[in-house]
Amino acid sequence: MPYTPHTAEDIREMLDVLGLETVDDLFRSLPAAVRPPAGLDLPPSLSEEEVWRVMSNLAALNAGQDELVSFLGGGVYDAAIPAAVEAVVSRSEFLTAYTPYQPEVSQGTLQVIYEWQTFVTRLTGLPVANASMYDGSTALVEGVRMALGRTGRDAVVLPAALNPRHRRVLETNLASEGVTILTAPAAAAGTTDPAALRALLDGRVGAVVIQNPNHLGLIEPVDALAAAARDAGALVVASVNPVSLSLLKTPAEYGAAVATGEAQPFGVPCGWGGPLLGFLSCSDDLKRLIPGRVVGRTVDHDGREGYVLTLQTREQHIRREKATSNICSNQGLNMARGTVYLALLGAEGLRELGEANRVRCEALRAILRGIAGVKLPFDGPVFNEFVVRLPRPAREFRAFAREQGVLAGIPLDGFAGCGPGDLLVAVTERRTADEIEHFGNVLRDFLES
Amino acid sequence: MSQERQGATPARWGADLQTSLFAKGRAGRRATTMPAWRGDAVDTRLPAGALRATPADLPSLSEPEVLRHYTLLSNLNHHIERGLYPLGSCTMKYNPRLNEKVAALSGFASLHPEQDEADLQGLLCALKLLQDALCEITGFAACSLQPAAGAHGEYLGMQVIRARHLDRGESGRTEVLIPDSAHGTNPASVVLTGMKPRTLKSGPDGRLDLAALRAAVGPQTAGIMITNPNTLGLFECDIVEVARIVHDAGGLLYMDGANLNAILGKAKPALMGFDVVHLNLHKTFSTPHGGGGPGAGPICVTEELACFLPAPIIREDEGVYRLDDCAGECRPSVHAYMGNTGVCLRALTYILRLGGDGLTRVSERAVLNANYLRRRLEGLLTVEHAEGTLHEFIATGADWKERFGVRTLDIAKRMLDYGIHAPTIYFPLIVDEAIMVEPTETESKETLDRFVDVVAAIRAEAERDPDLLRTAPHTTPVSRLDEAAAARRPDLSWLGPCNCG
Repeated sequence: MPYTPHTAEDIREMLDVLGLETVDDLFRSLPAAVRPPAGLDLPPSLSEEEVWRVMSNLAALNAGQDELVSFLGGGVYDAAIPAAVEAVVSRSEFLTAYTPYQPEVSQGTLQVIYEWQTFVTRLTGLPVANASMYDGSTALVEGVRMALGRTGRDAVVLPAALNPRHRRVLETNLASEGVTILTAPAAAAGTTDPAALRALLDGRVGAVVIQNPNHLGLIEPVDALAAAARDAGALVVASVNPVSLSLLKTPAEYGAAVATGEAQPFGVPCGWGGPLLGFLSCSDDLKRLIPGRVVGRTVDHDGREGYVLTLQTREQHIRREKATSNICSNQGLNMARGTVYLALLGAEGLRELGEANRVRCEALRAILRGIAGVKLPFDGPVFNEFVVRLPRPAREFRAFAREQGVLAGIPLDGFAGCGPGDLLVAVTERRTADEIEHFGNVLRDFLES
Repeated sequence: MSQERQGATPARWGADLQTSLFAKGRAGRRATTMPAWRGDAVDTRLPAGALRATPADLPSLSEPEVLRHYTLLSNLNHHIERGLYPLGSCTMKYNPRLNEKVAALSGFASLHPEQDEADLQGLLCALKLLQDALCEITGFAACSLQPAAGAHGEYLGMQVIRARHLDRGESGRTEVLIPDSAHGTNPASVVLTGMKPRTLKSGPDGRLDLAALRAAVGPQTAGIMITNPNTLGLFECDIVEVARIVHDAGGLLYMDGANLNAILGKAKPALMGFDVVHLNLHKTFSTPHGGGGPGAGPICVTEELACFLPAPIIREDEGVYRLDDCAGECRPSVHAYMGNTGVCLRALTYILRLGGDGLTRVSERAVLNANYLRRRLEGLLTVEHAEGTLHEFIATGADWKERFGVRTLDIAKRMLDYGIHAPTIYFPLIVDEAIMVEPTETESKETLDRFVDVVAAIRAEAERDPDLLRTAPHTTPVSRLDEAAAARRPDLSWLGPCNCG
């Protein structure tokens, strides 16, 4: 049998030690009523080669972003993954270790987490970060919980142009906790209207969510929004694309108390949306409300520097029903991916990554501006993603482009005032000038078809 | 087997500690370079008010420096390919390399979650195969792969139970019963769904106390969360009666499937009377723990509860797969997309490799290993609730404390010197000085015998030189760390050379 070492002799000897006849004697405490009479109705064991054939044949039925030219985004992006990232995370020392409960034999994992925490603080500007969250949506939920826990209030304002998938997860989580969800409308420019936000804020609102760039790709007026929140005694919870922090104002600079987001572009495959890499960081005064694993630096008995899981009195295994969160397993190995990715990038590489996204995004926008009938409906600045308005349904264009090997974008019909012609298009550093030009040609062909 | 106590040496365990990455490198060095832009020049400027004031201060290293840093760090880890990892309740079995190879296939790994079904037919087929297999293993009718971890599955399961009560107009059902042997995630998950946990005291045999249960249920009961086998490794043999009591009171039964590795093919949660179960794919189904994830915590439910699972639902019609958004229905969502798909693919690979018979053998051998080890440890450690334990057992160091003045923590730390990861300690909370051992089926008899030899050697050391244990470990890269100082003055990101201690 695969993966177990037991020979018939091993089993006999072990049963002899136990004074038992058969292995099934070990299961005598299971009542007959709970036992499946015919065992498991699953196919028989296959060899490695047979399983490989089944699974690689299934993989071959799919067409992903290595095969097609992707302009899909909306929170998950077709970003390049350096080979060195794969090399590090395929080491069994990182791959097959458990959560670092015994720090003396887990310094590798612990130091990687500490380095990740440091990277996150340097990106967001906020001084405290944890070891990772499941994804950007659950990181945002936890950030809102922290802000409400801190302010003792029970309402949150979400922007109209919030990632709709994140909004759904927030609704599931916050509704059952009795939290009121308010929505700050988007102005005609597609960004959140600070005056409208101000009008919503009262003594009940403890958290204001700012997504930057928002789900229309637009850079929000973060300073004005944060000022409105601050004046009403609410805390700002930011949801950011961390790649954009290569260039854009940090959450700390606009006064956010918590910064969250989806760090998948830092070395994690898109993988149909999972496993991803949520991150969370916060101001110093919120550190004892932070969810999940946190690593701290300390010294050992002999004075050597070392790392441990710390602030554990927040966590479920100590606090049980009084815990602020139930998370324990997080996205450890993907966190290691993110850490190695940022180590490879360095300060200069990060800036260039931002510029590489910017130049490709603006190049496509320039091409689209030149196509008759096509509009870029919002004037404001963007990072690497934007809305294009087509004279015909975006869904039809998406299907047409797919025939040409292009994944054109995400239709936005019905989202934040968008119509059937609106398409969300993302351009990462992986796109070449030829591919970007091809997008424009496919669109021209579509409009002439 | 005795080992000399070692003083501080620069490279204990043959592995050097590493200074922080943030103290390494030099401005101007680089690893990654961006693909050159070969198109027309465009204006990429952004308004000054949108930009960060200073670039993010990241260290600058060459690719070889980065690889060396992380390789040397990796050498400081214990891991399953290095040695025994008998953490109770964690099911640290071997993680097959085939799983990794499959999940890395470009046809899976490069899929974007916003692609159309036509591009995903192989993936959807695989995920449906996994859902069906998990339903067969648990006896349930429907499965959601969305939860990203066990605790996440608990949370979704509790949402499903809450939604069902609300759907029937029973908003007063807000109390969830939880035995005192439960994992801490159980009460934490209940609270987050707006319900209230109520602790049930275990009976003297370590199992559920039926009288206490009968006294606790009522019109306020939303349900009960039970780990079966429980955290003592014991099967709740009254489970069918427990289910009757809870169902008669109008509540539902949630099974924490953390210990499913004990009962594959031997018992099905649905036959026990449960309504919902979560499975830890990173435990029972061999996907790697990765130093703390990613895992996956799918839930399986009865036919009645299927309508409360997250959308989209994978439907199959004559070999064509589609995603049903269930428009117009009010369903929960706990993840931006469909969960940790890459982990699910690894679990399916494992299930196909083992087959139905193989999975049953997994549980048989996991239980055989645990029972053999428990029996062989008798006389060295006191084993609690020994009768009928399945895949794991609870020993206690209470008599070592009394006789040698060493605590369970000291025993655990000394094991590290012998190249064995310590078992889970001080859990469950209902056993004093608990040592929770789960060897799993992938360990050989020789490895188990060596573990026994190590415990015997440590016991002899405790008798002769208890300080050797109290100051252990001695050969690991670092000795015991000052956790109190770490919590008192948290140093959570690198600002410069150590200002701790």
